[in-house]
Amino acid sequence: MFRRNGSEWFAAFAIDEVRVLRKVAGEVVDLLTDGFAHGDPVVDRLFPDIYPDRPEDSQEFRQYTEGELKTGKIDQAGAILAALPDDGPGEVRLDAETAEAWLRAINDARLAMAIRLGISQDTDLGDELDDAVLHDPASSRVFQLSVYAYLGYLQESLLNALPEID
Amino acid sequence: MGGMALPQVAPVEMPEVEEVPEVDRPWVTIVWDDPVNLMSYVTWVFQKLFGYSREKAEALMLDVHNKGKAVVSSGARERMELDASQLHGYGLWATVDRA
Repeated sequence: MFRRNGSEWFAAFAIDEVRVLRKVAGEVVDLLTDGFAHGDPVVDRLFPDIYPDRPEDSQEFRQYTEGELKTGKIDQAGAILAALPDDGPGEVRLDAETAEAWLRAINDARLAMAIRLGISQDTDLGDELDDAVLHDPASSRVFQLSVYAYLGYLQESLLNALPEID
Repeated sequence: MGGMALPQVAPVEMPEVEEVPEVDRPWVTIVWDDPVNLMSYVTWVFQKLFGYSREKAEALMLDVHNKGKAVVSSGARERMELDASQLHGYGLWATVDRA
């Protein structure tokens, strides 16, 4: 979890955390490059229609803005990959700009995972995880839910370590 | 301290509400609630992107959370489109509509 010292954020990651973060950031990059497809609910959530009742206007706006938005999201996921150790435990140090990129990229990863996991307003993550463990403790769903919860804690730790804007 | 007199400045009367003609502010940016974005993250985005005070950003975030949506900015259509697009960059679910 992140702490701040002056204008630098740092966190020590275990090897499993490094691997998980590399995996989720890599999946976001894949989704935004080779795997990019409108109609995929994750893509539709990350790139919502700006005019829900006017598909043509939304489409026109998309034509001008989607490329830049996509590049920004790829870059912010790339900031996670660039700051992590290659493979192994290690400390990550972020300046204010990369800390913001991490915040945004973790959020994109959480949005993508939440759609795949079917997280809704009524979802209690603890209950969901208990159910999944009861069903099959070795399932991919248990792993994905755990990663989703972990990303929430990590994002919150970065937010808590931000300087007050006011 | 010298005896120089300080200039007397009359207080400027501030209007209590923003009196902007309807035609000049016909568009709004709306942020919708979603089950993923952390409350602290949404507050931070509003402060960062719009320069809102923490108090105002938190009030807007709570509106989004409790009412399902909130108007976060208003103004010219192109400006609202830019706001919504930037909010999408942060992963917030934003749309543009007429005020």
